[in-house]
Amino acid sequence: MAIYVIKRLFSAAITLWLLVTLVFFLIRLAPGGPFDEERAWPPEVKANIEKRYGLDQPVYRQYATWIANVSRGDLHESFQYSGHPVSEIIGSGLPISATLGVFALALSLGAGIALGCLAAWREGSWIDSITTFISVAGVSLPAYLVASLLILFFSLYLGWFPPALWDSPASLVLPVATLAFRPLAVIMRLTRSAMLESLRSDFVRTARAKGVHERAIVFKHALRNSLIPALTQLGPIAGGLVTGSFVVELIFQLPGIGKHFVQAVLNRDYPIVMGITLVYGIILLLCNLAADLLYAFADPRVRLEEERTA
Amino acid sequence: MRKMKLSARLSLAFLMLISLMAISAPLITRHSYDEQNIQRRLEAPSHDYWMGTDLLGRDLYSRMLYGARTSLTVGICTTLAALLLGLLGGATAGYFGGRIDRALMRVVDLFYLFPSLLLAILLMIFLGRGLSGILISISLTAWVVQARLVRGQVLQARELAYVESARALGLGNARIIFRHVVPNLWGPIIVSLTLQIPTNIMAESFLSFLGLGIRPPLSSWGTLAADGLRAIRYAPHLIIFPGGILFLTALAFNTLGDWLAGWLDPARARILPSRQ
Repeated sequence: MAIYVIKRLFSAAITLWLLVTLVFFLIRLAPGGPFDEERAWPPEVKANIEKRYGLDQPVYRQYATWIANVSRGDLHESFQYSGHPVSEIIGSGLPISATLGVFALALSLGAGIALGCLAAWREGSWIDSITTFISVAGVSLPAYLVASLLILFFSLYLGWFPPALWDSPASLVLPVATLAFRPLAVIMRLTRSAMLESLRSDFVRTARAKGVHERAIVFKHALRNSLIPALTQLGPIAGGLVTGSFVVELIFQLPGIGKHFVQAVLNRDYPIVMGITLVYGIILLLCNLAADLLYAFADPRVRLEEERTA
Repeated sequence: MRKMKLSARLSLAFLMLISLMAISAPLITRHSYDEQNIQRRLEAPSHDYWMGTDLLGRDLYSRMLYGARTSLTVGICTTLAALLLGLLGGATAGYFGGRIDRALMRVVDLFYLFPSLLLAILLMIFLGRGLSGILISISLTAWVVQARLVRGQVLQARELAYVESARALGLGNARIIFRHVVPNLWGPIIVSLTLQIPTNIMAESFLSFLGLGIRPPLSSWGTLAADGLRAIRYAPHLIIFPGGILFLTALAFNTLGDWLAGWLDPARARILPSRQ
């Protein structure tokens, strides 16, 4: 077990390195630089600024410097917010994005699994039809439309929740609901089909024959088996939450790192882009590792050393 | 042939209608998509303007139809390009296995691990905003889905008797892969294509929404929705129409894909692609 985790962490470190290298060269070689926007600076001024940030060096040099500094925990200073180190900017935005992400994940897992079980238990009923529709609608609805509908109804029409900004717990409700909608649909769907399969299996028939209460069969015996598909999807779901957060933070004007990332890409603020890429990369790798460990935990048939062929 | 489900039939009819309207856009619109009429800004739907007007007094109905052209083109073209790349990559990896497989799968894993839309954002600034940038960046991030699918299928097929006999007959690798193995995979591939199209349409709208996609005055459903969001307080129709049509289109594709999956392989219910 421990050896497996170490192996995986090592392989994750290589993936992370590949990722940051790819992103580094992609963004440096992209046309346009951080300091050639609107204001046309005199060439000497521009040269000075570029020198201050090491942008006059060849790209591979900049790469080497960046890697060396990162390994010492220095993510450089932002270009846009000059004087502010990237670690400070991430430090102020990450708690907000993480709060959003954790709440959305909890909501989508909790509600998705519960609804999926319910739909499978009452297969063919109106509950099942509604959840089936939600699960198809969930992957067909773009996040901005979910957000718009929620804002229109709950904040402009009913006035229950603020339409934007981050100042009270109530301002968490609409962004979290938006962010959770899609993963909820996916989890519900996966749980429903896994649950249907379990309910038809031999061990459920045995439990029924023994006279176990129906509710105990569904929520104790079959449920444990039906959690597996949702767990294996934890990695992609975490990825979906990251991209979802870009739109959500933009629409609801939340000062998280998703919003910074898009802004930084547009402004060619290299240090911020790289810093946030690094943070996202680490989070996603850990989520994937957690998913695999949970998977093995929930399903004893899975041996960790084996390479799973998808 | 078994009878098509009502929901699948409705979806197919809806998609055909939308495509037809997009193709014949100049014939069925009264205003040009970039004709501005400052006196009539932000109007609600009326007899003159079926879906109202936007911030600059342009006819939303026209902009929606021309936007449909962009969105559908992007959805279909990027899916086909992704299929081509995925077929090449996936078939090669699955057929040869070993080191080639490991190297290709490493790349695929990297793409899988990192949300494809994040990479698409980075590719967009590399390629520059506009239709060609959108087409390339979405194709380059979507191919891994097809590659994975094809590889898995090829891995299974490789062990089958007909491949072995083809090899015994002395056929070349490329010929075995593309003439014998791939044609047997069309079922799952068609299903995944039907599901990839709405994913890619939504990817385009996501990028355009963030301001990284189609350039004005050209429109797509994503750019229209982004404009609409800015006016949500006083002209909600500007986001309801483009968002709604995008939703219905994606819903139709997903419903159709679902039905196809069940129709081709009734024993196995499809598991939704859960990327992004």
